[in-house]
Amino acid sequence: MSSIPKEHDYIGLSEAPSMEKISDKLSSSSSTLSTEENINSKSSSTSLNLKETELRLGLPGSQSPERKLILPAAGVSLFGKDIDTNSTNGYPLGPLKNLVSGVKRGFSDAIVGSSGKWVFSGSNGSEVDLGKGAILFSPRGDNGNSQKSCVAGPAKKDDVAQSPKPVLEKNSQVAAANENSSAPAAKAQVVGWPPIRSFRKNTMASSLVKNNEDVEGKSGYGCLYVKVSMDGAPYLRKVDLKTYNNYLDLSSALEKMFSCFTIGQCGSHGLRGQDGLTESRLKDILHGSEYVLTYEDKDGDWMLVGDVPWDMFTDSCRRLRIMKGSEAIGLAPRAMEKCKNRN
Amino acid sequence: MGPNPKMRKEFFDSTRSSPFPDEVLERVLSLLKSHKDRSAVSLVCKDWYNAESWSRAHVFIGNCYSVSPEIVARRFPRVKSVTLKGKPRFSDFNLVPENWGADVHPWLVVFAAKYPFLEELRLKRMAVSDESLEFLAINFPNFKVLSLLSCDGFSTDGLAAIATHCKNLTQLDIHENGIDDKSGSWLSCFPENFTSLEVLNFANLNTDVNFDALERLVSRCKSLKVLKASKSISLEHLQRLLVCAPQLIELGTGSLMPELTACQYAQLENAFNQLKNLSTLSGLWEASAPYLPVLYPACTNLTFLNLSYAFLQSHELESLLCQCPHLRRLWVLDTVGDKGLEAVGSNCPLLEELRVFPADPFDEEVIHGVTEAGFLAVSYGCRRLHYVLYFCRQMTNAAVATIVQNCPDFTHFRLCIMNPGQPDYVTNEPMDEAFGAVVRTCTKLQRLSVSGLLTDLTFEYIGQYAKNLETLSVAFAGSSDRGMQCMLEGCPKLRKLEIRDCPFGNAALLSGLEKYESMRSLWMSACNVTMNGCRLLAREMPRLNVEVMKDDGSDDSQADKVYVYRSVVGPRRDAPPCVLTLSGL
Repeated sequence: MSSIPKEHDYIGLSEAPSMEKISDKLSSSSSTLSTEENINSKSSSTSLNLKETELRLGLPGSQSPERKLILPAAGVSLFGKDIDTNSTNGYPLGPLKNLVSGVKRGFSDAIVGSSGKWVFSGSNGSEVDLGKGAILFSPRGDNGNSQKSCVAGPAKKDDVAQSPKPVLEKNSQVAAANENSSAPAAKAQVVGWPPIRSFRKNTMASSLVKNNEDVEGKSGYGCLYVKVSMDGAPYLRKVDLKTYNNYLDLSSALEKMFSCFTIGQCGSHGLRGQDGLTESRLKDILHGSEYVLTYEDKDGDWMLVGDVPWDMFTDSCRRLRIMKGSEAIGLAPRAMEKCKNRN
Repeated sequence: MGPNPKMRKEFFDSTRSSPFPDEVLERVLSLLKSHKDRSAVSLVCKDWYNAESWSRAHVFIGNCYSVSPEIVARRFPRVKSVTLKGKPRFSDFNLVPENWGADVHPWLVVFAAKYPFLEELRLKRMAVSDESLEFLAINFPNFKVLSLLSCDGFSTDGLAAIATHCKNLTQLDIHENGIDDKSGSWLSCFPENFTSLEVLNFANLNTDVNFDALERLVSRCKSLKVLKASKSISLEHLQRLLVCAPQLIELGTGSLMPELTACQYAQLENAFNQLKNLSTLSGLWEASAPYLPVLYPACTNLTFLNLSYAFLQSHELESLLCQCPHLRRLWVLDTVGDKGLEAVGSNCPLLEELRVFPADPFDEEVIHGVTEAGFLAVSYGCRRLHYVLYFCRQMTNAAVATIVQNCPDFTHFRLCIMNPGQPDYVTNEPMDEAFGAVVRTCTKLQRLSVSGLLTDLTFEYIGQYAKNLETLSVAFAGSSDRGMQCMLEGCPKLRKLEIRDCPFGNAALLSGLEKYESMRSLWMSACNVTMNGCRLLAREMPRLNVEVMKDDGSDDSQADKVYVYRSVVGPRRDAPPCVLTLSGL
């Protein structure tokens, strides 16, 4: 039960209004809708030196000049009027109508202004108001479930139930949903099993690698490939951490890679636009759909991405996992317990 | 119409030859295409045997070591088309050493002498060298059709020889081979006055071909019906090719990686719009969502859609399927998920064949792919389904039982639960009842591949019910010799049995002594068979070839890989050192 209405960002800078951590955006229960002031405020420079540790995964913001988002023609979106293909809210439509990127309910993504902050588009953070194009991550008013969530963001004024414990307890994070993939030792592959012809095997292998070479590589100290899995996605990807400079780059790359999955899931809920979308339906959808980006470190612990400086992260990250906020250990023991029970 | 008594008398009069002149009989028999029918015909009497032999234009040899080219040529003097298969199927999965054999060259040498007018050669799992390809190109002036599937040992140089010398070539089909892809210049070897090509499949290859040469080739071959390009062909190239060949019936695209401007996109769309006769679409390497709609105009008459190299998501698949109302065969990757398969069930009422391949089969941590739910969904929507190949990570007995209730006409049921020995994930029981349901319900079943945790009960069911089963693949299954015995004692039509990693030993092997002569072959690897068991088999059955391959470091007495097949020519003489031929003599 949430007892702390006040939010703390997880490196203890509770007062910094522009600091919003990914966990905010992604947790299912803490509705960390950015408030108007957050969205509209162009970054305070106070946040700049902490940019390295910020990993913001949020919905595309309408004030994001850098991001060009391409909306799907058919409504696979929560985004109220943004579904309108003529929307001019900074969502230019390319000729590629069916390419969906950046418009996900997942962990992505808009980077607003120079703050590196990802915020919700639409200005009204306090209401689930799709009519105004607000993009929601978390169901609001979900007061009882906050223990599943991860970190809170800056202090919010509204009804949003916040997760009771900030991310400081990251070490207690053991993704409950992770149990089925708990550090499998590399199993000796059985020769010739599953029975797939070499031609197909080789073609698949090279296609998988090639897909992951989309991001420009940098020469440097060699590659640092880590696997990225996403709950609900049918297969893994691999990314080379050396090719990114910061959490921002990583997140946008991941967003690109996994956009199709979240959109797929969007579609599966039959979401067709603002019409007919009710709050409760939204909540249903969102319950399963927020994502948290986590990683397994050298010690085998699962941590939220964004805690530590980038270089430290790349040194210790062994594996990435985009997990559903509802399953994320959160950092609260009860969350962990609850997740375990679900499994 | 009663029998003419006079004719009947003549017919049974053994001193007279057939009432029909030989030429008439031959003429009639030449209309028979099925080699099974022809085999039956040849057993009626000597005249019919001869007539059939003279009229056979196409010969099918399922195991190249079961007979010699000389014997074939002696019996069938007027053959124009040969299909030849070599290595055991498990060589596709690296279970057979590379130098195992099945060299096509000795066959070509005999054919050059006996069938100089040979027109067609289709090889599967044969060892083919560049020298052989050149020999073929030079020695058969009428040569028209070359198809190489799952072969190895040759390079693009061999293809260059074919292109250079085969003036009458109509089909060049290079498919899933272990080919040494040195360069794409082979395609430029087709002479400028060469126009007869109807089928060109070079999807196997990776190196860039000279596109201009390809474009000219496609332009001048007005009868080209099948074109399957390799990954190196870009969308822009594809558009130019399609403009030259709107008459295509089968198309394999190159890479669908996005590289087009809006204008080029429109041109491509236009080109696809011209393909009114397309019935097969494949390739689609690296297919990405933005470009799929470009295919839509060409999809109206599609009957076969091969998306097994395209990493599609469920909604992308669904959009595509909506365009293909006549689809009968569909191959996909499991990236489409159960949701994608639901879309299949909803959109493909005429579907007869479904193959779902795993996108990342070796990565243990992949969480999803497809499950029993997807298969179920297809079975509800596609009642005509009779061929399935399904790779999944979980399955239940109940689901399979329902699936075959929905689709009782299965002829080919190949289910691969990828984790060996995995039980029903809901009940934790073996998957015996699933396959029991399959064989009980699907009376027309010809081919079955089983997987999951299976006891001998599965094989009891198979032996008891699978009366039409011809091909059976078993892996990581069974509890005792009894399992294999059931298979051998039942299944009257069994021809090919391949077994790996099962607890079947000598008693099982030896329980099928007579059976093996009615089968094409038996493969057993990583079972409990010993050298002594194999020697006994070889001794008891001199007309079987019993070959053993040993793994490195294994016990002397273990027979790690056993390959048993009937043959009229005795043990082969070209076996490499790793293959021990056990003779009964």
